[in-house]
Amino acid sequence: MAIVQASTGGQRSAHLTDTAWVRWVLISVALLFLTLILVLPLITVFSEALKKGFEVYVAAISEPDALSAIKLTLLAAGITVPLNLLFGLAAAWSITKFNFKGKNVLITLIDLPFAISPIIAGLIFVLLFGAHGIFGPWLAEHDIKIIFALPGIVLATIFVTFPFVARELIPIMQAQGIQEEEAAASMGASGWTIFWRVTLPNIKWGLLYGIILCNARAMGEFGAVSVVSGHIRGQTNTMPLHVEILYNEYQFAASFAVASLLVILALVTLVVKSIVEWKHNLDQTKQTEV
Amino acid sequence: MHIEAKNLSKKFGDFEASKDISFGIEQGKLIGLLGPSGSGKTTVLRMLAGLEQPDSGEIYFHGQLVNNKTPQERGIGFVFQNYALFRHMTVFDNIAFGLTVQKKKKAEIQERVSSLIELTGLKGLDHRLPHQLSGGQRQRVAFARALAPEPQLLLLDEPFAANDAKVRKELRTWLKEMIRRVGITSIFVTHDQEEAVEVADEIIIMDHGRVEQQGSPMDIYKSPKTSFVAGFIGESSVLEHFSGLKGFADTIPQAKAIIRPEWIEIGKDKELISHNSATEVGIVRDIVFRGANWLVEVELENYRLSAYRSFEKETLQPGEEVHILIHRAYQYNDNDASVIENSLKDDPMPVHI
Repeated sequence: MAIVQASTGGQRSAHLTDTAWVRWVLISVALLFLTLILVLPLITVFSEALKKGFEVYVAAISEPDALSAIKLTLLAAGITVPLNLLFGLAAAWSITKFNFKGKNVLITLIDLPFAISPIIAGLIFVLLFGAHGIFGPWLAEHDIKIIFALPGIVLATIFVTFPFVARELIPIMQAQGIQEEEAAASMGASGWTIFWRVTLPNIKWGLLYGIILCNARAMGEFGAVSVVSGHIRGQTNTMPLHVEILYNEYQFAASFAVASLLVILALVTLVVKSIVEWKHNLDQTKQTEV
Repeated sequence: MHIEAKNLSKKFGDFEASKDISFGIEQGKLIGLLGPSGSGKTTVLRMLAGLEQPDSGEIYFHGQLVNNKTPQERGIGFVFQNYALFRHMTVFDNIAFGLTVQKKKKAEIQERVSSLIELTGLKGLDHRLPHQLSGGQRQRVAFARALAPEPQLLLLDEPFAANDAKVRKELRTWLKEMIRRVGITSIFVTHDQEEAVEVADEIIIMDHGRVEQQGSPMDIYKSPKTSFVAGFIGESSVLEHFSGLKGFADTIPQAKAIIRPEWIEIGKDKELISHNSATEVGIVRDIVFRGANWLVEVELENYRLSAYRSFEKETLQPGEEVHILIHRAYQYNDNDASVIENSLKDDPMPVHI
């Protein structure tokens, strides 16, 4: 009886539900926590940013150094996301559609950036490509700058955001199996055709979701980029780094103004993410019907 | 010979999925690849399609070695167990897929797909997506899709498994008729002996990665070559030893026997009078209603046997004493097997006990 009620009425049966006061305490704790940790800081960012008036705000985000930081952040994300998209697709594809030795090692390695502190990630590249690094002398000889320049920032960002697309795709592709691809192959479709016409349409929502997460992290990354960027104003400062510098120089309004831009980017990402998720779920329920 | 497999072997890790498999299939035949689950049927099918590479052995299509040909080059239609329809494509696009890959002209594609939709009875469903179809309809789409590029060989992996009993039967008849009409060489995998016997021209029985026997359903039923085949096809009771049965003497050492219910007659006191010396006496232990007749379980002194009994005859009751006439038995040991007849049945001078 209880099960029938639960499934038809949408109400949980009595023995599964706590008393009213427990419910209210739990909800209030959750809400309080959310307000303290999430909402309050968000409001602070915007109120601090606009404290000295709208003109100061506009000036702060349109001065050359800020513009350069915005440009660099977008550029780094613009390079990182497509590269990680390709890598993530290739990794997810090979892991789910083929059997090979060392597959489990690869799966573990993909997660490495999640496990390692971003500072270490940055440091790895300094140790590899820095002036005293392994490839340092060779790079100096050929006049190639990686550390304290755009390539370093991009490398560090790629490293940190490396798992997002692959992690998103692997479970989806695993669940879908390889039969549709096999069917296409037996009908004469080449690998390329199979990818574009069978695989990609099946994973598009997961892929988009992975891209969004990857992009969000790429724009917001601080630790790893901080190590390799060198903090050169107007040249190697990304937005998160610029925020820090301004803050350290007691330019609070300007610092929060740039921070508010990052928040806005994050909010936009969240909205897009929700839309994608919603669309995806819609597709999913349609497919699992019948 | 259209399709020929020679000494195919395939291992997955330590598991031997195929052991030295050889068979030949003639043009236009409908073959049932029958065996219990895990017997390696699907692996054979996948090797023929090129989706799996044999570790050793050769596959010939029309006398041509195809081992090194990719699935794309083999000209095969494959119907997967769960159909593997392209979930984001409509029925029409699914069926048209193979043709668009071949870069056929639009009008030609339109025509071929329409005629296949007509043939498979999917009219009006052109624009549905796979998830909007019933199991039986999906099966039809999968079939039409596999046929569209005009393959030389159609492979079907457990084509009826994903449907309920009623739809299965309908699809079975439908598929048999479709394949006849198209005239394409086809192999279907099944673990259901009734399905194989009913649909196939010829059956290949597999067990533990080996081919046990190949032949027409009638052949296999009448003269099974191995005990596995004898036990797998049809219903049967297995007797560990049988020389105590009247009219039977084993002619091979350590013989066991398989006796089918249709080889046994049971009757009340006077019903089997003509073969009196060949009959045994037993007790009815259980009777099961089977739709068309009764399945009766009888217990003899040392054996337990199953037999059929017609509705036309008087209904038996559990506990009742009955006479049992065993017409024949299938004796086998590790090396030999043969069918033996009841030697007392035709005794010219019956002795009344």
